[in-house]
Amino acid sequence: MQFDSLAAALAMNGHGGYVWSVYLIAALVVVFLLLGPVLRSRRIMLERLGQLRREQAAQNKEVPLASGS
Amino acid sequence: MWSFFHKLGSPPWLYAISGKILQWLLPVTLLLLAVGAVWGLLYAPADFRQGNSYRIIFVHVPASVVALAGYYVMATAGAISLIWKMKMADVAMRSCAPIGAALTFLALLSGAVWGKPTWGTWWIWDARVTSMLVLFFLYVGVISLYEAFDNEVAAARACAVLSLVGTVNIPIIYKSVDWWYSLHQPASIKFTEESSMHSDMLAPLLLMIVAFYCLFICSLLLYMRGEILRREGTTHWVRKLLLDAGDAHAV
Amino acid sequence: MSGAPLLPFLSACLRRQLLLAFRRPLEIANPLLFFLLVVMLFPLGIGPDPRQLAEFAPGILWIVALLATLLAAESLFRVDFEDGTLEQLLLTPQPLYLSCLSYVLAHWLLTGLPLTLVAPLFAVMLQLPPPALPALMLSLLLGTAVLSLVGSIGAALTVGLKRGGLLISLLIIPFYVPVLIFGSGAVQFAALGNSAQPQLLVLGGMLSLAIALAPFAIAAGLRISVDAG
Repeated sequence: MQFDSLAAALAMNGHGGYVWSVYLIAALVVVFLLLGPVLRSRRIMLERLGQLRREQAAQNKEVPLASGS
Repeated sequence: MWSFFHKLGSPPWLYAISGKILQWLLPVTLLLLAVGAVWGLLYAPADFRQGNSYRIIFVHVPASVVALAGYYVMATAGAISLIWKMKMADVAMRSCAPIGAALTFLALLSGAVWGKPTWGTWWIWDARVTSMLVLFFLYVGVISLYEAFDNEVAAARACAVLSLVGTVNIPIIYKSVDWWYSLHQPASIKFTEESSMHSDMLAPLLLMIVAFYCLFICSLLLYMRGEILRREGTTHWVRKLLLDAGDAHAV
Repeated sequence: MSGAPLLPFLSACLRRQLLLAFRRPLEIANPLLFFLLVVMLFPLGIGPDPRQLAEFAPGILWIVALLATLLAAESLFRVDFEDGTLEQLLLTPQPLYLSCLSYVLAHWLLTGLPLTLVAPLFAVMLQLPPPALPALMLSLLLGTAVLSLVGSIGAALTVGLKRGGLLISLLIIPFYVPVLIFGSGAVQFAALGNSAQPQLLVLGGMLSLAIALAPFAIAAGLRISVDAG
């Protein structure tokens, strides 16, 4: 460990603001890179699933209608 | 060899195998990133000239390296999709662009923040920063070109051509920017890059580079999975996959 | 069946391009007017001090020449794309590499060459030292040819798009960076009384590379645009 205390690690002899903000931004970019595509796939999956469900529902409805007439 | 190549071109196989890879690669990536960040932030020795501000290097350099490598990955995928008309190479090319742009952005931003304590100003038209800025525009160009086409096949081919042109150009751009900078470099703000790095600093840096490569692969696979689902939405296997997953959710 | 012999075919292509352009003389003058307009803006923007202008002149002249070529590149294939000429061209048995080169040559003859010829005039207006004039003209002569070749790639890729305007700048300007660096570098060196030969040689190298490779990319771009359209 290079620093004696938490305060020293945060301050980094005056450079703390720069260093920690870069690591914070890097963390945000990492989150964006990993969570972004996951959320995107989820949206695509849900959209497609909704479509499939509607198709199934329409098919199920069509059958009794056809026999009824 | 050829059967592997064929498998690589098959969406269901790629979807399944990428899921398996991610299962262990994702935790490994997060672990590497965490270890590298803590090592770089707290345990690596301070630089005798720059003090603690040099710790930004553990983000800046890996982001730059992987952003540049990402362009070559994108161009290679583009070449494969142009030559063998492989749909999955297309998917990979398309998925590379946003990741590369994000990493280039991170490299630029961390470079700017690093510049403040080192050079006393947020932005220096330094050779590396300028090349990074050009790379950022190359990525944005590919993304915009893709978006501009209505026809997805044409979009993929156009982007492949563009990224290949970029591949030829990047070394020329980097060399000429280097030359330009060496010509205009003011003596007072010379930034000593050549000073050899102490191994205590090099180890976390290498670790972070590996971690960023893993991050790139993870993100690429995640993007590709979404893209595969979107394109293969009407096929039987996606239908089955979605309905199974949906049922599992509902129960 | 191999169609018309190659050389007459290419010269016919070139002649056609030039003839079409000469029927609309104002369109040839457009890049030059643009050049003059922007050159006028710089003294208004940074002040009329001759020393300052002389210092910035190489960069200004080169940037404006670059933008003027870019402006003209956008419409390079537009008309021929819309009236179906390009489709015919893709079907001809002659190598597309050479017909693309003839398009680029026409574009350069209509923009790069006139720009090079009038550049000394603007250079004097911007107080560029007279010894730098030969370097300016030579660098523009070589450099605008590279700009035409590279710009045509962007034009070929975006010709089928409705919203191509800003996109081509975004695609192409990054590739213009090396030309700008060495072009204005040559003029700056000459303005300081040094020899500009190294930079001119590099520009010549870039031109050779561009002639060798760019037509393939242009041809691929045209194929994609025509297929999609």
